[in-house]
Amino acid sequence: MTGPVISGTSAVLAHVPGLARHGSKPSRELPRDPELQERFLGSLRTFEQAVAYAPHQAFLGARHPRDLPERPWIGAAPDGEGRFAGAGELMPEDEFLGLMAAVDDFDLIKLGGGDTDAVIDKLAGHPLGERIDLERVADAGGDAEAVAAEPGALPLHVGGDRLAGAIRRADEFDEALTARVLLENLAGKASGVLALLRLLADHEIEADSIDYVIGAGEEAIGDRYQRGGGNLAKAVAAAGGLSEASGMDVKNFCAAPVPALVVAGSLVASGVFRRVVVVAGGSLPKLGMKFQGHLKHDMPVLEDVLGGSAVLVEADDGVSPRVRLDSVGRHPVAAGSSNPKVMEALAIAPLDRIGLGMLDVDDYATELHNPEITEPQGSGNVPERNYKTLAALAVRRGDLARGEIGEFVEGRGMPGFAPTQGHIASALCYLPHARARLVSGEARRVQLIAKGSLFLGRMSEQSDGMSVILERNDGVGG
Amino acid sequence: MFDGKQIVVLGERDGIAGPAIAACVKSAGGNVAFASTECFV
Repeated sequence: MTGPVISGTSAVLAHVPGLARHGSKPSRELPRDPELQERFLGSLRTFEQAVAYAPHQAFLGARHPRDLPERPWIGAAPDGEGRFAGAGELMPEDEFLGLMAAVDDFDLIKLGGGDTDAVIDKLAGHPLGERIDLERVADAGGDAEAVAAEPGALPLHVGGDRLAGAIRRADEFDEALTARVLLENLAGKASGVLALLRLLADHEIEADSIDYVIGAGEEAIGDRYQRGGGNLAKAVAAAGGLSEASGMDVKNFCAAPVPALVVAGSLVASGVFRRVVVVAGGSLPKLGMKFQGHLKHDMPVLEDVLGGSAVLVEADDGVSPRVRLDSVGRHPVAAGSSNPKVMEALAIAPLDRIGLGMLDVDDYATELHNPEITEPQGSGNVPERNYKTLAALAVRRGDLARGEIGEFVEGRGMPGFAPTQGHIASALCYLPHARARLVSGEARRVQLIAKGSLFLGRMSEQSDGMSVILERNDGVGG
Repeated sequence: MFDGKQIVVLGERDGIAGPAIAACVKSAGGNVAFASTECFV
């Protein structure tokens, strides 16, 4: 048995303000109120504003979240970082529409004729351009207006309100194959592919060296007979040129990436596979989810980006951070649903098991949703709440004095910096930082803690979660 | 405390879950007309 390590990570964002209207909340609210729609469209950010937004640069890995400036982050001056930064990039919406067309195996997307040539030129000049199927983008060019007018089709916009494409439904009667569902799935696929391609390129990984891909996104792929059937992972693998890989999805609401990472580590540790990628694309339904709060406070619509992450797990290389499989924390049925109980099961029980105290963990990565997005809608500061719970548990455990709670929250926690993309914000977004700090020696241990809201599916009152500790590699073999 | 009252319960995943609040309401004599746990992120 060999110890698994995380030898590569990537983080990407796609700035898609034109698609924000297709988020679940805007798609319900905007059609019935033209004035609200006008205000929504007038409150979308430019690409330059999205690049300059400090939490986005933290998401890409260009600056640590604890180094973020004081809020407000909107309207702050850019810090000089561009669209290519840290462990990834922020892609503009026209290129992303092109990328969706490039990974569209069923000719669902049609791009406007004038837009197609410009997008092909931009993607051809992109650092990943050689890995993107530009012929398929060219084939997608045509009469977007005509397609948008077809029954069941959805228009696709850029620049807020300019028609640049359209997506067709795949079946007249199948509710699982409507244009809206397919757009969600294709957006998840394209952002997952972008994260995968960045992982391969930035870490000089041969595409055919990957044995297996595990998808950890929140999309539900299938037709009417198996809604949510899944395996976007293999679709992403194929689009990314991973000719020798197979794949599967791990489903667990927002929590999925941590179980996916644990499964990946277990497959490597057991020798079943040598190299496993965990990949997650973005969640289109969550675009504009809290836009009403933003407009109420005269803020821009901040949920205008799709996230994507990819992680390479392989056998111990003596350098990369170890995935400590003996530190996996799970949320058993009997633990109930109160937040302290959940945190006790996920954060404390694993530490007890391996004989560590809470101060032996340098960074706790929980749900890292950006509070500037959640607070205007009354949803509070989720990471801060979790860190206070952790600190209280540390006091109760005797690891911390009551007067040290603030120091614990500031020093071992961090401000939320992730877009409200559910699974992406749940610890996964911290992996580029965790890997960098564990390799450099700035940190010795990072605990990833993810929670998922099973009850939203109305099959159980339960929630769930999983945790795992990443540890600096001392180079003596696992 | 809640005798004769009809109570609507909205719990939160990262705070107190709906069933826990509902149990408290019932023990205080209230009737839970609706209970739900929501996730606000």
